[in-house]
Amino acid sequence: MAKKTAGKTAKKKKKTRKKPESAIGPRVVSDEEEKAVVKLRKRAKNKRKESRPAVLLSGNEACVMGALAAGVGFFAGYPITPATEIAELLSQELPARGGTFIQMEDEISSMAAIIGASIAGIKAMTATSGPGFSLMQENLGFSIIAEIPCVVVNVMRGGPSTGTPTSPSQGDVMQARWGTHGEHSIIVLSPNSVEEAYTLTVKAFNLSEKYRTPVILLLDEVIAHMREKIHLPSEEDTPVFNRVKPTVPPEWYEPYEDTPSLVPPMAAFGDGYRYHITGLVHDTHGFPTNKQNEIKAHLLRLRSKIEKNRREIVMVESEMIDDARIAVFAYGSVSRAARRAIVLARSTGRKAGLVRPKTLWPFPEVAIEQLAAHVDVIIVPEMNLGQIVREVERKAAGKCRVVPLNRIDGKLISPEEILREILEV
Amino acid sequence: MQKTDLLYKYLRTDKKFPHLWCPGCGNGILMGGLIRAIDRMELDKDNVVVVSGIGCSGRLPVYVDFNTLHTTHGRALAFATGIKLANPDLVVFVIMGDGDATAIGGNHLIHMARRNIDINAIVINNNVFGMTGGQYSPTTPSGAKSTTSVLGNLERPFDICKLAMGAGTSWVARSTVYHVRRLTDLICKAVEHDGFSMLEVTSYCPTNFGRRNKMGTAPKVMRWIKDNSIPVDKAKDMTPEEIGDKLVTGIFVDRDDPEYCTLYSELRIKEGYDPHEHEHGK
Amino acid sequence: MSVGGERVKIRLAGSGGQGIILASIVLAEASGIYDDRYVVQSQSYGPEARGGNCKAEVVVSNHPIDFPKAINLDILLALNQASLDQYYYDLKPDGVLIVNTDSCRQLPVSSAYQLPMATLAREKVGLIQTMNILSLGALAAITGIVSSKALREAVKTRAPKGTEEINMTAVDIGLREGKKAFEKMNRKRHEKISRLIQM
Repeated sequence: MAKKTAGKTAKKKKKTRKKPESAIGPRVVSDEEEKAVVKLRKRAKNKRKESRPAVLLSGNEACVMGALAAGVGFFAGYPITPATEIAELLSQELPARGGTFIQMEDEISSMAAIIGASIAGIKAMTATSGPGFSLMQENLGFSIIAEIPCVVVNVMRGGPSTGTPTSPSQGDVMQARWGTHGEHSIIVLSPNSVEEAYTLTVKAFNLSEKYRTPVILLLDEVIAHMREKIHLPSEEDTPVFNRVKPTVPPEWYEPYEDTPSLVPPMAAFGDGYRYHITGLVHDTHGFPTNKQNEIKAHLLRLRSKIEKNRREIVMVESEMIDDARIAVFAYGSVSRAARRAIVLARSTGRKAGLVRPKTLWPFPEVAIEQLAAHVDVIIVPEMNLGQIVREVERKAAGKCRVVPLNRIDGKLISPEEILREILEV
Repeated sequence: MQKTDLLYKYLRTDKKFPHLWCPGCGNGILMGGLIRAIDRMELDKDNVVVVSGIGCSGRLPVYVDFNTLHTTHGRALAFATGIKLANPDLVVFVIMGDGDATAIGGNHLIHMARRNIDINAIVINNNVFGMTGGQYSPTTPSGAKSTTSVLGNLERPFDICKLAMGAGTSWVARSTVYHVRRLTDLICKAVEHDGFSMLEVTSYCPTNFGRRNKMGTAPKVMRWIKDNSIPVDKAKDMTPEEIGDKLVTGIFVDRDDPEYCTLYSELRIKEGYDPHEHEHGK
Repeated sequence: MSVGGERVKIRLAGSGGQGIILASIVLAEASGIYDDRYVVQSQSYGPEARGGNCKAEVVVSNHPIDFPKAINLDILLALNQASLDQYYYDLKPDGVLIVNTDSCRQLPVSSAYQLPMATLAREKVGLIQTMNILSLGALAAITGIVSSKALREAVKTRAPKGTEEINMTAVDIGLREGKKAFEKMNRKRHEKISRLIQM
């Protein structure tokens, strides 16, 4: 069927071109789109050859597959809608791989346990949603200051408090950034498809291991629960990064040394490097300090190791943006509605384009600065009352208009809503 | 071995001394007991992990030369759970205060008891939140004064050992900072026990509890502890009235329950995992 | 992501416990994996999936799919009256409506394909619980959106352990009864679906 489909595409395309489709009146496929189709199909075909057979997975399931591919060996969590499937699946998958699953008494201890496991040298993760994510904030801060790699999946649901447990939301974007107290930087990734739930989970582990920092994967309920056909990449196509271990003799080991990479090598407990880990601000040996210069040096290094590596950490994708006058800046499931709206807008002659951050934090500042200089307006649809839009406004700095588009009734923003906004601006 | 040899072998003498504990505090006595027990059992320093929470007791790991982890308030047992499950070969001690273990960390304590992971918990009980300046804790006696119960504590205290027993802990004991030799023996016993062990160590806070409650100097309180301790064997034949507010010491529970890490490794093998094949992969 | 091309939007609806979600997963698996199309499946979730009305959606296309939800439906399968009443207005004027006449007595249009799914499952298959898979067979035969071969493969892989055989019977009876119903109505295939499956 695959071959047949591919072979006939070219012939059939002309037919599809003028047929009315879609919920929003007639639409025409432009030449540019046609080219894109051919390119995409070619890419998909090539990909199919290299990777494993296609599977139908939900976002949560793909996240588990990604974690396993990245080498997760420990999961601690507490049941919560809509993230529970991740725990359920890992409880079955981990034992046979020599890993450990444990259901803790709450999200506080879940976060603590994954940090503990990571300290003992095992890649560890947890998965939760709003209320649980709130409980994790204290120990999330611990993993930041003590520089313990781990991955926290937050499948966003409506809040505050118990909120709307089964509805999608993007209400935790700022909590992911600033939820734990104190000055810090953090890495937050946001997938928009089942495939990305896989690839960005792998990425989350890799960044976490590389920069010795917790990485938050912000899924939303739509992505977590929808099923898509994906081709899981082969092992060779899944680069896995493991934390750098010290090679010096134990007596030379300085666990929080200020290295050129800003990320000191990390010994596991039991490796023979006996050292101290604390949530207090500490000196380069890991011992608590009250010295002003040491406090400052410590906190600045924590920030720099992320901010100075934006080039690797910040991932942004754009489509149909080269000639665009109107940009839509969208992430997660909303970006898929935005994508459709842009295609529809283009069919009416509007030059619209999509910019989609896969990394929410650190915020893609350069991308917005460049975008603001080239477009008239940036529309920012979000399933909240305006969180990332503030960052867009800050970096656009008046160079173009920034228009928020918000929805908080528990439903995914529709392409029609975004299209209407595109047509109005 | 000379006493000083022991100090240099196990303390981070070149790092973070003098310590921050007040004169008369029991924390140092516990630290001594811990070191003597580890030395007596000839545990490999590289395989010993000492985890603590927040409070005066939380600073203990700074001073000892093992793999040490100073966690958030009340969460030491949860961090230790991750460490032990990730590497069951490590010998894990968790040092907590009474507020740490039974107030903010009370939930973790009872679930540790239920799971029976081979972790050695030591709760040093001085009946007060010392580091924050002397507020009442879940073990502050009714009527006692603290900075948040200046008019007398209206709440009833926990008996930590009974709490641990009620939650199903497979090894529970109590010692005091007066009974130093017995304390060392009990720490050794706790390590030998395969499962979760809970040792309460009755201590004393001269600065923030003794002063307010007119208990006198530290030596005086030591004498009180000595005079008012009853071994568990002797207490067996006494009525509750006879026991009164005396300290019953010794091992209350020593049960051979299935240990969690062992159960989990059996589960892995049942699921087809071959530990020998992966021995060098870790 | 999708660039142009046809998107066929399907909604399966009924009451909680009728196996709507499993049916939608089977449909997505058949179309996505065995017919090698792009699919997105999503479902109502939480309390509403247990009692009350339950819905699941599948979007099928020959191109990558961007917007994952089904708003204007091309195909609606309604297994009970309440879900028919609730979702009929989401169906496009030329959309295909398939109803379970055992539970749907009042039909909004006469052009609906009408099958007594529950009766068929109970009497011809011998197990009322196979109504979901039987209905899927009927949907496949009526709309042609998924090949019968692909559907059978998907039933085999996704049916709960031990029920593969009876579900295969159910899908075959559904395909047969669906074909009869389609022929009885004497209509052409839905134009958009035809285009999609010819590609």
